[in-house]
Amino acid sequence: MTSTDARTVEAGNGSRPPNPLLKNLSAKIASVPMALTALVIFLGCTGWTVVHSFTSSKLLPKLDFVGLDQYDRLWSTRRWLVSIENLAIYGICSLIFTLVIGFTLAALLDRKVRFESAFRTIYLYPFALSFIVTGLVWQWLLNPELGIQNVVRSLGWESFSFDPLYNPDIVIFGILIAGLWQGTGLIMVIMLAGLRGIDEDIWKAARVDGIPVWKTYVLVIIPMMRPVFVTALVLITSGIVKIYDLVVAQTSGGPGIASEVPAKYVYDRMFSSQNLGQGFAASTMMLLMVAIILIPWAYLEFGGKKRG
Amino acid sequence: MKPITGILAATALASGTAAFATDLEVTHWWTSGGEAAAVAEFAKAFDATGNQWVDGAIAGSGNTARPIIVSRILGGDPMGATQLNHGRQAEELIEAGLMMDLTEIAEAEGWKDIVNPSTLLDGCTVDGKIYCAPVNIHSWQWMWLSNKAFEDAGVPVPTNWTEFVEAAPALEAAGKIPLAMGQQPWQQGGAFNVILTAVGGIELIDKIQGQKDMDAAMGPEFAEVWTAFAKARDMAAKSTVQDWNQATNLVITGQAGGQIMGDWAQGEFQVAEQTAGEDYTCLPGLGLEAILDTGGDAFYFPVNDDPEITAAQKELAALLLKPEVQVAFNSKKGSMPVRGDVDLGTVNACMKKGLDLLAAGNIMPSREQVLTQDTINEINDLLTEFWADPSYSPEDAQKAYADIISRAE
Repeated sequence: MTSTDARTVEAGNGSRPPNPLLKNLSAKIASVPMALTALVIFLGCTGWTVVHSFTSSKLLPKLDFVGLDQYDRLWSTRRWLVSIENLAIYGICSLIFTLVIGFTLAALLDRKVRFESAFRTIYLYPFALSFIVTGLVWQWLLNPELGIQNVVRSLGWESFSFDPLYNPDIVIFGILIAGLWQGTGLIMVIMLAGLRGIDEDIWKAARVDGIPVWKTYVLVIIPMMRPVFVTALVLITSGIVKIYDLVVAQTSGGPGIASEVPAKYVYDRMFSSQNLGQGFAASTMMLLMVAIILIPWAYLEFGGKKRG
Repeated sequence: MKPITGILAATALASGTAAFATDLEVTHWWTSGGEAAAVAEFAKAFDATGNQWVDGAIAGSGNTARPIIVSRILGGDPMGATQLNHGRQAEELIEAGLMMDLTEIAEAEGWKDIVNPSTLLDGCTVDGKIYCAPVNIHSWQWMWLSNKAFEDAGVPVPTNWTEFVEAAPALEAAGKIPLAMGQQPWQQGGAFNVILTAVGGIELIDKIQGQKDMDAAMGPEFAEVWTAFAKARDMAAKSTVQDWNQATNLVITGQAGGQIMGDWAQGEFQVAEQTAGEDYTCLPGLGLEAILDTGGDAFYFPVNDDPEITAAQKELAALLLKPEVQVAFNSKKGSMPVRGDVDLGTVNACMKKGLDLLAAGNIMPSREQVLTQDTINEINDLLTEFWADPSYSPEDAQKAYADIISRAE
């Protein structure tokens, strides 16, 4: 597209080569506000936060440098360590289960079932709810005196016990259930759109060759859906890192500190404890974690193309 | 919020009858029934001066409201006045010059002579200048006991913590929870401080929290406090409620023997129409160390460019400590007045105990006055973890506590 534009401009001007900066001028002017926003808000504020994480800022940001003190304290705080562990468990499980369940549901719907749109609506519905509502609903469902445990017991299984939100060892899975319930619908819809994009002829060819259906999915269809998977992956990962409201609504970090997550640590330190330095240190660590995952992936995804 | 204030201001201008009527937005987190009734007394008194009180109640606890209040002040959208707790919460805002100096009013009204205990005013003082108006005293140092629960268990109502611990097995045998406790961190944090004061004594708490003395924090006396707290954890094992008032309700209905909670719990007993001494018993300082901490609420006035608002702020500051306003507010709120020379009229047996201790000068600073919110939250995190995990040993917890104190300011 750009090369065609350049050629037209050249043809019109005739004599001298055009200034490359003035190419598509209106488009460039239009994108200035967004570019500035990205530079100032995203990069500028990120840099500002990282710089202030090395200071002893309390309620007000101050440039009073204390070296790595905030990080020292951060990594010797039990609550932060528990938060990181929870995020890792939640993240890995959420990634695997969302992809597997989302794809399976999409593949089942794609087998031309009856009432497909009804099923699709049902699966997508939870996504229309906010995390706060989801959290409260599952807090009640998982409450031993009101929810699932009570229902099963009243059916006759007196010794049935299911109270993940009250058991420090498995509380994070209670949150995971609610997260999956809310998030898989969207991934399913994206996967379904991807499956619909697959040419019918591929299926016909596979059938002619006598390849079993499951094998066609695993060996042919999934590799073809790579861009869809990348989109789904980005959506799921961003959802994992920012998990906050679900925990607040379901357990507020309890029992004890067993279901704390990093984002909640950052908020509590910055606003409730009036300790900006500590909150900034924690959020810088969160940024670093994202960067560690993102940079190798971006290198593989985009770096490869340039070489090829 | 802003457009609403704007509309209010516009209508006030349009009607324009009262010459000096100024709208003053006051933010606070008093939203429960009794609290709202109490704050209405302030509003009534302030409206009577010809100004207008614009109520800016923020639902939720102080932990929800404080960040909102602070961000509004820092963001250049200050309210006329705001509630905060006595203590170090506004320290930095004052140092940054964002709060109005009330020294002039304090001197004109003679606050130095009337505020009792005088430490309340010290909490408002930075570099010799007064920046806040204390309005009430709330104390954590109380234990509430259900007479019915002990009757059902067939044991006499204990008069101190030691007897309470001894009576616990009998309560359990009668199918009761000995100690009611909500699962929120601030509740465990507060209760720990009460046990620390009662079991460890006033000198120990001053050494640890006041002087940050590491020997005391690692010492055997403090270890005893942890053993007592671990005992409390065992006694409350079956208490799964979340909110403090649900825990109080367990005591009111006789399902639990007792609860360690501040004097605001008394409002719940009043609403349930129970009588102090007959239906419930109160033990200040767990019956071991009869002392009250003097936490509570104070009003701060953010600096404002508008001279009319500044005038109204000064008027409100002076008004808050007037005797009739103090009586009207505190009798609704169930808290103690900040001046010793007013009479609340008929008070119940528990309130009387409290007022007597105050008059006798048996007081100590509250946790909010000696520690920063940062340290308090760290301690609360530790205590709530300890509370939720029966395998967490008191020895390890003591070490973790000492660690926090060693880097506290």
